[in-house]
Amino acid sequence: MFSLDRWQEIFQTISKNKLRTFLSGFTVALGIFIFIILFGFGNGLKNTFKEEFLEDATNSIRIFAGKTSKPYKGFKSNRRIEFKNSDIEDIKLNFPFYLEYITPRINRFALSSYKNESNNYSTQGVAPSHQYFEKTIMMKGRYLNENDVKNKTKNAVIGRLVALDLFKQEDPLGKYISLAGVAFKVIGVFQDEGGDNEERIIFLPYTTRQLLEKSNDKIDQILVSFKPELGLKIALIFEKKLRLFLKNKKSIDPTDSKGIYIRNIAQAANQNEEFASVLQYIVTFVGLGTLIAGIIGISNIMVFVVKERTKELGVRKALGATPRSVIAMILQESIFITALSGSIGMLIAIVILQNLGDTLDKFFIRNPYVDISTAIFSTFILIIFGAIAGYIPAKRAASIKPIVALRDE
Amino acid sequence: MINIENLHKSYKMGNNTLHVLKGIDFKVEEGELVAIMGSSGSGKSTLLNIVGMLDSLDEGLYTLDDIIIKDLDETKAAKYRNKFLGFVFQSFNLINYKNALENVSLPLYYQGIKRKERQEVALSYLEKVGLKEWATHLPSELSGGQKQRVAIARAMAARPKVLLADEPTGALDTTTSFEVMDLLQKINEDGNTILVVTHEEDIAKMCKRIVRLKDGVIVEDKNVEQVLASKYV
Repeated sequence: MFSLDRWQEIFQTISKNKLRTFLSGFTVALGIFIFIILFGFGNGLKNTFKEEFLEDATNSIRIFAGKTSKPYKGFKSNRRIEFKNSDIEDIKLNFPFYLEYITPRINRFALSSYKNESNNYSTQGVAPSHQYFEKTIMMKGRYLNENDVKNKTKNAVIGRLVALDLFKQEDPLGKYISLAGVAFKVIGVFQDEGGDNEERIIFLPYTTRQLLEKSNDKIDQILVSFKPELGLKIALIFEKKLRLFLKNKKSIDPTDSKGIYIRNIAQAANQNEEFASVLQYIVTFVGLGTLIAGIIGISNIMVFVVKERTKELGVRKALGATPRSVIAMILQESIFITALSGSIGMLIAIVILQNLGDTLDKFFIRNPYVDISTAIFSTFILIIFGAIAGYIPAKRAASIKPIVALRDE
Repeated sequence: MINIENLHKSYKMGNNTLHVLKGIDFKVEEGELVAIMGSSGSGKSTLLNIVGMLDSLDEGLYTLDDIIIKDLDETKAAKYRNKFLGFVFQSFNLINYKNALENVSLPLYYQGIKRKERQEVALSYLEKVGLKEWATHLPSELSGGQKQRVAIARAMAARPKVLLADEPTGALDTTTSFEVMDLLQKINEDGNTILVVTHEEDIAKMCKRIVRLKDGVIVEDKNVEQVLASKYV
């Protein structure tokens, strides 16, 4: 129920008691300000975390070969294990239920040059499905395809920074670059969100790389991805079966921890995600702590305010103020101050967060933000608790007999 | 106007019970100016508080304007106070962040009177106590006598049936005290009923009737020849 008279009464009280108003308003504004800033920073940390760790496909498994450490089936230990093209085919044949994509990868550094510009880059001999593993994004032209693999073409897909280094402003598409003395035709330029190093790579068909190396069929690594709908548990079973299968095929002692290394990104990603959610919990916890501190702050101030006004309230009651009108007056005043200053604190914090952007990047806080609903919800909570905090002492003050309130101290 | 029969009141002080009023019979007619006298601890302030519905009675009957005042909850007491009673306190009890006019209009605010009318009525009462020019001044800018006159204007603004003054001159010097008493006498001449609690003889003599309390009972109740305060002003 709106009463102009009551609002006038409240505005007068507020404007005539500036220090008191300022103190309670400041506490509320500060509480909500710190909460939102902290929450925003927490989100910024999470952003950084996500960008740093979660850029590649998370359902992939990388398989490396090493040297055995135990003798087995007549083989001596310290034997070097090598993967071959046939291993890819065998995995495809044996694990159709789990398998989504598979690609070999052969890493070689090569001096690359175009006209007068030259530099050393990492080249990777891969299959077309490799694009999926690195989340490679094509800017120009196309990625490698099955034809390239089948025909062992001398086509290359180069990273954005390779193009920039070697070609400057020139359009690299259709031009020929020399890789360790062999001419490759640039068919595409890609970008990658994983950082600069990921954009200084040249992709070639793995068959072409093998052709150049005396037509062998050796592979450095195998990248396998499982169907994402299987989930982490089944992925771990898949990993286990894969390890067993490969060890069996390569005649490695099943108890040998060396020989074959399998790195399950899914597991790592899962840990990272768990870490990210722990981070979120910590941020929420700290935020709640701030909010509670703010609520306690308002409660203290409200107790103090009501105490300070005891005599005035006694006078008002002697002049005919009902307990209800006394409570209503204090509550309306405290809610008004909390709502106003809370909104101010919230707006300032949001504006600051929005203007921060990437300026705190070196502290691992990237794009700090808080969603509006969280901000409004927390402000609302603070107002509610401010009202409750005001209600309790107000009710007590209103029930004190005026004779007690008026007693000279 | 006021009718009190066999009034008892005691306070609990830890384990002891302090019997403050031990059977008071007391009547006040309309238009009277009564002084309630007694040394400290005689129960005079307690009596005034009960009459003013600032405190409850334990036993006995209290009627005000033929309404039985008993077992009031705070809401009802507040309404009756607002309707029937005006208070003047020793320490003035003005609200320090409100100016004279706003202080005087406060009881009218609780009567639900509109702002404009409130201000007109309040200003007319300030004029009656001779403080029209001080309407916009804060209590801190007024002298003690002026503060008490504002308080009297505030008490009168609600047109109460009874004006209750608890040591109204207790914090004032003699001259100012007489000024305040002069004002109360004039208000009484207009037909208002006034109860004054005091321990000063000369103040009591400016009333029309003196009731003396001692140890919780009335020991004397007599009409007196009123001394006009205007003689001293």
